[in-house]
Amino acid sequence: MHTVQVQGLVKTFDGHVRARRRGRGDRVRALDGVDLAAEPGEYLVLLGPSGCGKTTLLRTIAGLEQPTEGEVLIGGHVVNGLPPRVRQVAMVFQSYALYPHKTVRDNIVFPLRAERMARDERERKAAWAADLLDIGPLMGRKPRQLSGGERQRVALARALVREPAVFLLDEPLSNLDAKMRATARDELKRFQERVGTTTIYVTHDQAEAMGLGDRIAVLERGRVRQVGTPQEVYDDPADTFVATFIGSPPMNLVRRDDLLVGFRPEHLLPEEVVPSGERVAMPLRVERMEYLSGDRHVYGTVSGIGEETRVIARLPATVTTPLVAGEEHRFAVEPHRLRFFDAEEGTRAPAVPVDGGPIGGAR
Amino acid sequence: MTSTRTEAATAAPDVRGKARLADREGFLAWAMLLPSVVYIVALVGVPFLLAIAFAFSDVTTGDPSFDFVGFDNFRAVFDDGVFWRALRNTLVFTLASMVLIVVFGKILANILVADFHGKWFVRFLVLLPWTTPVALSTISWLWFLDSIYSPVDWVLRHLGLIDGNVVWLGRPGTAMASVVAVQAWRLTPLAAVIVMAGLVAIPRDIDEAARIDGAGFWRRMVEVTIPLTLPVIAVAALFGAIMTFTDMTVSYVLTRGGPTHATDVLASWAYFRGIEGGDVGQGAAIALFLFPLLLAGAIAILRAVRRLEAG
Repeated sequence: MHTVQVQGLVKTFDGHVRARRRGRGDRVRALDGVDLAAEPGEYLVLLGPSGCGKTTLLRTIAGLEQPTEGEVLIGGHVVNGLPPRVRQVAMVFQSYALYPHKTVRDNIVFPLRAERMARDERERKAAWAADLLDIGPLMGRKPRQLSGGERQRVALARALVREPAVFLLDEPLSNLDAKMRATARDELKRFQERVGTTTIYVTHDQAEAMGLGDRIAVLERGRVRQVGTPQEVYDDPADTFVATFIGSPPMNLVRRDDLLVGFRPEHLLPEEVVPSGERVAMPLRVERMEYLSGDRHVYGTVSGIGEETRVIARLPATVTTPLVAGEEHRFAVEPHRLRFFDAEEGTRAPAVPVDGGPIGGAR
Repeated sequence: MTSTRTEAATAAPDVRGKARLADREGFLAWAMLLPSVVYIVALVGVPFLLAIAFAFSDVTTGDPSFDFVGFDNFRAVFDDGVFWRALRNTLVFTLASMVLIVVFGKILANILVADFHGKWFVRFLVLLPWTTPVALSTISWLWFLDSIYSPVDWVLRHLGLIDGNVVWLGRPGTAMASVVAVQAWRLTPLAAVIVMAGLVAIPRDIDEAARIDGAGFWRRMVEVTIPLTLPVIAVAALFGAIMTFTDMTVSYVLTRGGPTHATDVLASWAYFRGIEGGDVGQGAAIALFLFPLLLAGAIAILRAVRRLEAG
């Protein structure tokens, strides 16, 4: 098991070679000073919207891209400039990138043959990996004869046989259908717990990130916005980007002077179900309701605690308060659920006392 | 409510309109295929049937009257040692050129897909032999390989590799080597472009996966790139073979089939016999020998293409 660390990583992509020579190639900063470390045996998830640089970061760690600035360290050694071959990394691609002309067995032993391992040793390892991933009966088939889930397992087996220092996974579940994805997610997690290899996993799907990661690094425009456990990034987002990117529906943000007051939809409940005592009440004009897997999503406009803002409340099935579109109802949030952000910078701000005011008071 | 429904009815397209000419695919297919069908029948089909007819006749340029003579022409051709020599030359010429074309085409294709400064210039240079008219480029090769003033000889002499002049086109072995070299030089760009299309079609992921899996340049080349481009390489090889097999320009311009028929191929021998020698019947009989091999080549190409489509 190894640590994987990146320090001050910057990666710029230039436009076309000719455009660069004419001095008008537009430079894209895919990575803009990334510092990040994965502990030995850790499952670190890189989460972010498309184009945030998460795949570039993964490819830079793999050695498929060279950083413009900064260092990549694996097991404490700087590996900048070293080809992927000597970095002892294994990668599972989004497309799985199985060799279409080779059988499953030949796909799996390919990394071992590149290492010039003896044949019987190779066969033993391949059998071990196939057994671990339950693909023994598929060994003689070609990739095109496999289903998506089977291909993913073959790609994992190919990554696994070499017993790499680090696993890099680039959205390995995005080509599976929704049902397969849930099963595969569970399998991936149990599999990593068994082999205990340091794993870096790239995804844009927050459910995957929350479910798989020991820690999540949220990226946006080439910068790390927050690193923390799933609970930390959900409950204590470092800025408004993380607050609104994670959570479905996202955190509600209400402007109040030069602050943004944030609260999760599941914490905005009809006043009568919020424990009395300390609570921040606010009137909510109900506009529309959705009934999603037992929960009621209530779309409406709150006033009172700040500027009038459209928000979403998620009421669990246990809350049966009758609500009608077009009517106003008093909702409340427990004060310790509130999060505050600087309205200009979007960064976290210290808590301030907030009170809701009477129904219709802000109008 | 009523008013909105009326509006919707008037807004709906008029379904009674006729299908226009552009919609009638069956007719269009015929209309658009017809020119090429006429073209092929007139310029390939008719000459082919004429060639078969002439092969069994005593037509000469001096006496164009048609008399059926059975297999006389074939008998005469078979009795002539030059025919067998030309047949052997054709096979040597084709095989050697094809191998060179594929090997150099593959190497050039790798250069064509690489990304570096001044790549457009290199691409231009690579494609130049293909775009130059054959007769023109072959004449410049004629100068290159001249018996007295050859720059090739001059360079080799100054490097101390040879003493006198090689006289490339004057000796059977070097003459054949020269013809093969020029043909390979001429067709390599075509093969390179074909193979390049195959290289570009390989998903980048697969090459990167092989890198991560620890494979070096040669292992990636032999185990991943070449197997994945094999159908395309086969197409390039067959194109090269067919274009070489039927070609007579290079040997005609460079050596006129000499010295002593050392570089005569079926096509040039058919031409010398049938057109320059005037014995149209014999020329046609010789030319017919191109047919079975070309047919096999065409079938092989179609098979390779089908395998490509099946992916």
